[in-house]
Amino acid sequence: MNRAIYARRRLVNRLFLLLSVSAAAIGIAALALILGALLMNGVAGLSPTLFTETTPAPGSAGGLANAIAGSVLMSAVAVVVGTPIGIFAGTYLAEYGRHTWIAFVVRFVNDILLSAPSIIIGLFIYELLVVRMGHFSAWAGMAALAVIVIPVVVRTTENMLLLVPNTLREAAASIGAPRAIAIRAVTWRAARAGIVTGVLLAVARISGETAPLLFTALNNQFWSNNFNAPMASLPAVIFSFANSAYDDWHRLAWAGALLITLTVLTLSIIARLIESRQR
Amino acid sequence: MVDFALSENIVAPTRAAALRRFGRSDARFRVFTLAAALLVVAIFIGIMIALIQGSWLALSTFGLGFLTSSVWNPVTEKFGALPAIYGTVVTSALAMLVAVPVGIGIAIFLTELCPRPLKRPIGTAIELLAGIPSIIYGIWGFFIFAPYFQQHIQPGIIDALANIPVLQDLFEGPPYGIGMFTASLILSIMILPFISAVTRDVFETVPPMLKEAAYGIGSTTWEVMWRIVLPFARSGVVGGAMLALGRALGETMAVTFVIGNAHHINESLFAPATTISASIANEFTEALGDLYVSSLIALGLILFGITFIVLAAAQLMLRGMERRSGGKSL
Repeated sequence: MNRAIYARRRLVNRLFLLLSVSAAAIGIAALALILGALLMNGVAGLSPTLFTETTPAPGSAGGLANAIAGSVLMSAVAVVVGTPIGIFAGTYLAEYGRHTWIAFVVRFVNDILLSAPSIIIGLFIYELLVVRMGHFSAWAGMAALAVIVIPVVVRTTENMLLLVPNTLREAAASIGAPRAIAIRAVTWRAARAGIVTGVLLAVARISGETAPLLFTALNNQFWSNNFNAPMASLPAVIFSFANSAYDDWHRLAWAGALLITLTVLTLSIIARLIESRQR
Repeated sequence: MVDFALSENIVAPTRAAALRRFGRSDARFRVFTLAAALLVVAIFIGIMIALIQGSWLALSTFGLGFLTSSVWNPVTEKFGALPAIYGTVVTSALAMLVAVPVGIGIAIFLTELCPRPLKRPIGTAIELLAGIPSIIYGIWGFFIFAPYFQQHIQPGIIDALANIPVLQDLFEGPPYGIGMFTASLILSIMILPFISAVTRDVFETVPPMLKEAAYGIGSTTWEVMWRIVLPFARSGVVGGAMLALGRALGETMAVTFVIGNAHHINESLFAPATTISASIANEFTEALGDLYVSSLIALGLILFGITFIVLAAAQLMLRGMERRSGGKSL
């Protein structure tokens, strides 16, 4: 009787361990399959012309230069605008607000925005800017991306500032530093690596965002320096090219997808390294 | 004498001035940070106002019927949200059905079974899965997974279930490759890392003493996980799952590629369908007429409402967990 129970428990345990290992295998297999497919299909499209020529008409040769430039430009502006706002807001939550009801509300709303569907952000900017201006524009795309950057930076900044030991703050206060100076010269500096991590994660997040750009920056087949006009971006080009019927365009879409993924993965690995060194 | 008077005159006011300056800059800095924090709230309120404003035309035209009508006809300008809501809910639910057990399985593997040297690389690999942009999942699903599924797996499933009641209705029809089932599978891969990351973090807050005590009276690993760790971490695991559900509900690009964009409610999971976000992504820029655009924005408003409820619930659960584990940020 006892032996039977023991055998059954062992069997259940074995089964459970097997399932758990296969779950991990599924996860790793998924990553391997996706990266494998990206490499197989993307490498074929990689060439120097990718970076020098603009997106082609179907049937002719071309590259992704305008899309790459558009993505880099719009992401850069979004990060430059969104980062200070995010850092300031995160600073309020960790330093000034901490236990106030305002901070509670901001924290709650920020975490909602952090996971809110990005297509909703696109609709918001569409109503806010595109409808008012009467046309799609790179400005609108930048605004949409900046709105996505802010919550990411707020969350990491607050978390990182909370890791700074209070003794540092007390030490700054004891030599008579006003709070603003103590924050800037002591707490920010102590949490610098963590804050940089947050910004890197934000860049990684927006460099692949497609949905909020579809009806803000739209897309542009040509090179454009005009922020008041639609601007191409890698994700938007991938979306339209992948949905097309042309093999050339498919190849470019895969190459673009490979570029984005490499960028994102590199950024998140760097962020991870900085974070692990910090701890 | 002159020197002394000079320095006296300068030093005293400078000290006071410096203090005043510090006070002012301190107040300014504080207001600055507060303004940035309030901006976050302003964005949130702005989103709500923009969505309500944009969807006003559709909501006032169709009223509550918008939620229950399954007609979506741009030509006659009759719009109903039911097929899109149905698609969103069903794909997310199916994705959760797959991703929750697998995600928890991964978390268990990482906390209990994984050999130490492999822990970091495998954990990182799973987390990298979370970093891959959704459009990548989209084109992978569209070009690689859907064709393979269509040729090698789908016909087999359809044949195998052809004579079983209920199941034959759920898995019937021609093997398109794309459709609700494919979209759900892609979604489940996407949300997997969210579930396993949160679950693993929550598992690590379980006091080792509890586990050791259970092992000490002879429990198997399974019994420790099922009877000790999971009950202790329950609210955190549910919170993590809700967080993932919020992602799944709003996920756009991965779904748009593989769902087929058909505004029909079909009981077969293999049939093309649509979700709220896929409808918006596919149709928004091509929508002609104010009513059409407004109806799409109204879909967005519904999506925002649903995800808000889910994400708020997730937060409440994770916050409760955080408090219990002594303020560790999850």
